[in-house]
Amino acid sequence: MVKAEGVRKRFGRLEVLKGISLEVEPGEVMCLLGPSGSGKSTFLRCINHLERINAGLLSVDGELVGYRPVGDKLHELRESEIARKRAEIGMVFQHFNLFPHMTALENVTCAPMRVKKLPREQTRRRACELLDRVGLADKHDAYPTQLSGGQQQRVAIARALAMEPKLMLFDEPTSALDPELVGEVLGVMKQLGGEGMTMIVVTHEIGFAREVANTVVFMDAGVVVESGAPADVLGSPRHERTREFLSKVL
Amino acid sequence: MSSTEVTSGAGRPDDIRAVPVRRPGRWIAAAIVLVIAAAVVRSVATNPRFEWSVVGNFLFDARILHGLVVTLELTVIAMAIGIALGVILAVMRLSPNPLVSSASSFYIWFFRGTPVLVQLLFWYNIAALYPKIALGIPFGPAFVHADANTLITSFVAAILGLGLNEGAYMAEIVRAGIISVEEGQVDAAQSLGMTRLQTMRRIVLPQAMRVIIPPTGNETISMLKTSSLASVIVVTELLRAAESIYDVNYKTIQLLIVASVWYAACTSVLYVGQYYLERYYGRGASRELPPTALQRLRMLSLRSPRSGGV
Ligand SMILES: Nc1ncnc2c1ncn2[C@@H]1O[C@H](COP(=O)(O)OP(=O)(O)O)[C@@H](O)[C@H]1O
Ligand SMILES: [Mg+2]
Repeated sequence: MVKAEGVRKRFGRLEVLKGISLEVEPGEVMCLLGPSGSGKSTFLRCINHLERINAGLLSVDGELVGYRPVGDKLHELRESEIARKRAEIGMVFQHFNLFPHMTALENVTCAPMRVKKLPREQTRRRACELLDRVGLADKHDAYPTQLSGGQQQRVAIARALAMEPKLMLFDEPTSALDPELVGEVLGVMKQLGGEGMTMIVVTHEIGFAREVANTVVFMDAGVVVESGAPADVLGSPRHERTREFLSKVL
Repeated sequence: MSSTEVTSGAGRPDDIRAVPVRRPGRWIAAAIVLVIAAAVVRSVATNPRFEWSVVGNFLFDARILHGLVVTLELTVIAMAIGIALGVILAVMRLSPNPLVSSASSFYIWFFRGTPVLVQLLFWYNIAALYPKIALGIPFGPAFVHADANTLITSFVAAILGLGLNEGAYMAEIVRAGIISVEEGQVDAAQSLGMTRLQTMRRIVLPQAMRVIIPPTGNETISMLKTSSLASVIVVTELLRAAESIYDVNYKTIQLLIVASVWYAACTSVLYVGQYYLERYYGRGASRELPPTALQRLRMLSLRSPRSGGV
């Protein structure tokens, strides 16, 4: 589903990703761990082209991100084409980024109506189902400021799911939440993973990684230090840096 | 100083009934204000030179009312041009294309750098620069020709002068609004597949409105009054209408009062409109919307001692 080969990303003279290579199979849940500033968010943003990579190959579902190969040259995609590809990838942010001027329901219906141009009634019905599914049946008409952090994040997940994405990216979805609200969001994500959604999850929740992930990748300073099954990477890490990190977050 | 006693008979069991602190300073200040106000009212009401009856006679004079309509037309059209132009200029100013953003900067610099009265006079005299005005493809064929003097009437000159100038000020207001919206909002919108334009229209601008509306209200109120400058280029708006009457009957002060009364009345209406607009665009910004005047009245009437407030 996602394939990265030697992906590099620079901000000015600061190289943030120094050759990332990894592969995510359809239906796989990958957890991305690593200390703050190691480039996890940047890598996720590259996958849906919120950031443009400087070198390497990055493809989603067999198609390059941001470019079309013509002969042996790469042609940049037009804005509308990039937008169409982003629509197939859901993203959930650390700070929720719900649209504050819309109710929970409007947040969820907005993109299907404006981007996919689906009829209002159909999107409404589907949005109601999604909100019910994430446990917010009674909050359809609440504005984001009237919701708790955990509820907001669940609306954000429903909003991303409304576009029927083939891949979901989660960037520290529980890091901004009070401890007692973390569980309700992780629960929704676990259920989603169980239903076969392909997911890349940046998280510090080791318990979640151990339980739900198929693969755990540990990143540090812009490189993949080690990756493998959760039991191996989390249980018996081979690298000193991984051990050090795990001892801090556990 | 103050004593509290917890009463359990009236209200909810734990309601605190405290004796408020006494504030003699407030009473003295209020008394001074009242005395000054009374003196002013008395002098205005009893000075016969005000000739209030003349003011009353001309308040609804047909010429004054016509002038009022022209003033409102000038305000509405010039603000509409200003807002539309302001949004375009603000989006241009934030464009990644340096030529586009500097074109916008230049426009803003130019129109803010010269007095609006001078700009009005420029447009009024545009025929001296361009006697003929043609609409068509630049350096190519023209489709419409017109004589500048017939096309740019004094009303059109006033609209152009006021509207183009307002565009420069609105651009800065709109830009401040756009910048105030968190970057994460754009990320979220784009990750859902919205294009730059959709993101701007559906996500950024509606949120920017909260920051844009209050200064735009001020601009509208200010435009209502600035439009009186158009009297200089013989647009018969409210002030010019008053002038043309007192040129004949010499009741200068009375007619200026008539004009002022109308300006103040319109400004008050705009204040109310601004309040409701702010309320509309503030939805979702705080947990509860501020009450409308009607709701506040209802709340007052509900607040009986039995129900213990609302
Ligand atoms: N838009 C940007 N411009 C410049 N530097 C950036 C930008 N985004 C991220 N960075 C830098 O890239 C590095 C990695 O950031 P990030 O991907 O957010 O790390 P992580 O998510 O692992 O904490 C940090 O040093 C950060 O300061
Ligand atoms: Mg991050």
